[in-house]
Amino acid sequence: MFNGVGITGYGTYVPRMRIKIEEIARVWGKDGASLSKSLNIKEKTVAAYDEDSCTLAVEAARVACRNVDASKIGAVFVGSESPPYAVKPSSTVVAEALGSTPNMTAADLEFACKAGTAGIQSALAMVACGMIESGLAIGSDTAQGRPNDVLEFSSGSGAGAILVGKEKVIALVEATYSFSTDTPDFWRRSHAEFPKHAGRFTGKPAYFKHVAGAANRLFQELGTKAEDYDYAVFHQPNGQFPLKVGEQLGFEKEKVLPGMVTPLIGNTYSGATMIALCAVLDVAKPGQRILAVSYGSGAGSDAFSLSVTDEIENARQPVPVFEQIKDKEYVDYALYVKHRRKLKSL
Amino acid sequence: MKDALPLIWRRSKERYRLLGNRCQSCNQAYYPSRKICSKCRRASKLVPEEMPKKGKVISFTQVFSAPEGFENEAPYFLALIELDNGVIILSQIVDSPSERIVIGAPVKMVFRRVFEDGSQGAIAYGFKFKVE
Ligand SMILES: [Zn+2]
Repeated sequence: MFNGVGITGYGTYVPRMRIKIEEIARVWGKDGASLSKSLNIKEKTVAAYDEDSCTLAVEAARVACRNVDASKIGAVFVGSESPPYAVKPSSTVVAEALGSTPNMTAADLEFACKAGTAGIQSALAMVACGMIESGLAIGSDTAQGRPNDVLEFSSGSGAGAILVGKEKVIALVEATYSFSTDTPDFWRRSHAEFPKHAGRFTGKPAYFKHVAGAANRLFQELGTKAEDYDYAVFHQPNGQFPLKVGEQLGFEKEKVLPGMVTPLIGNTYSGATMIALCAVLDVAKPGQRILAVSYGSGAGSDAFSLSVTDEIENARQPVPVFEQIKDKEYVDYALYVKHRRKLKSL
Repeated sequence: MKDALPLIWRRSKERYRLLGNRCQSCNQAYYPSRKICSKCRRASKLVPEEMPKKGKVISFTQVFSAPEGFENEAPYFLALIELDNGVIILSQIVDSPSERIVIGAPVKMVFRRVFEDGSQGAIAYGFKFKVE
């Protein structure tokens, strides 16, 4: 589909602060242990007071582009549902921080949790048609949940960046297919501070239908099946859904676990599939194949079939995702509220 | 801070990338960049150059009584940092356990919000440092 175009670099950023699900449950008088177990999330990342989805995107982008001439990056896409400005792109800040400006294009994308992979698709197409030499796609969020809503127990902060190009490709993109419908499972109205969701309807008719829809469409078009892949990466709104959809599609648990970051950092929304894919790129060997499927409410999924090349050994990020996650400092609910600016007077 | 926008705009490149300059006549590096080299004066030949993103703490202090606009971040650490090329800069230290903020501690640049022009105004981004 893309004639030798693929991933040429990747990088992630995970904020240092953590809050345990049990600590959030303590404040709201809920049973933390059973909540943590049912979500399969132990703790989540908390971005600092001076961090936002734009600073997270810059950190991930710097890692992904550490070995390239920034002026060759012809496009920067930042996908997020928590942009610091309602109007004014984060992508130009990222491009300026990398040193890619001004002869390039930039855009901020929005599609709930799948805006990062939408950026990968755009960059792939632009490289494949010769419009640009390489393009950068980032998924970044400081995900918010209304206090005491189930989302507050899962929404974390983090960013993943994928650089796409033709030279020194570390993972060839064999194909990408999407599956999209108009589904009101999760939304945030303009000027509203926190998102709303359709509760129990966010599962079957939303996440599972679209993730499986995109994966099955890709299998059909490529003539592949679960056994052909060594790793499967799925969007991770919690720690249960990806394992369940993996099982439905015929993947052994062992192929899904290497990308399972949500149990330790929470759902990083646009960052989730990107960080999970990066965690797999940290360990994947030449010749192995990866299936990656994002999910964005509203709703849609982008599925990618990737084939890892020998170049992977020269381009792994300096600190693997699961190592980055180990560097942490726990905060209590009060500090979390301060850092995430949940107090109205801040 | 009123009328902060011109300053935010003018300084964004140097704050985003530690973009300074270096005199081609005497090899002295500067951050922030200078219009003339203080050693070479009229013979100065200054060209833009990104500073290294790593260095070490040479002096530090903890700010408890923060200036207007930074109250919510106090207490915080401010440090003089000697970059790997010898240039000395002043920066906030973040994300670092206080016991590790010592003279000689190796630090690396991170990208953060450095200032907000109120809740409606522009956000200034730029460098801070953290202990490695
Ligand atoms: Zn000079």
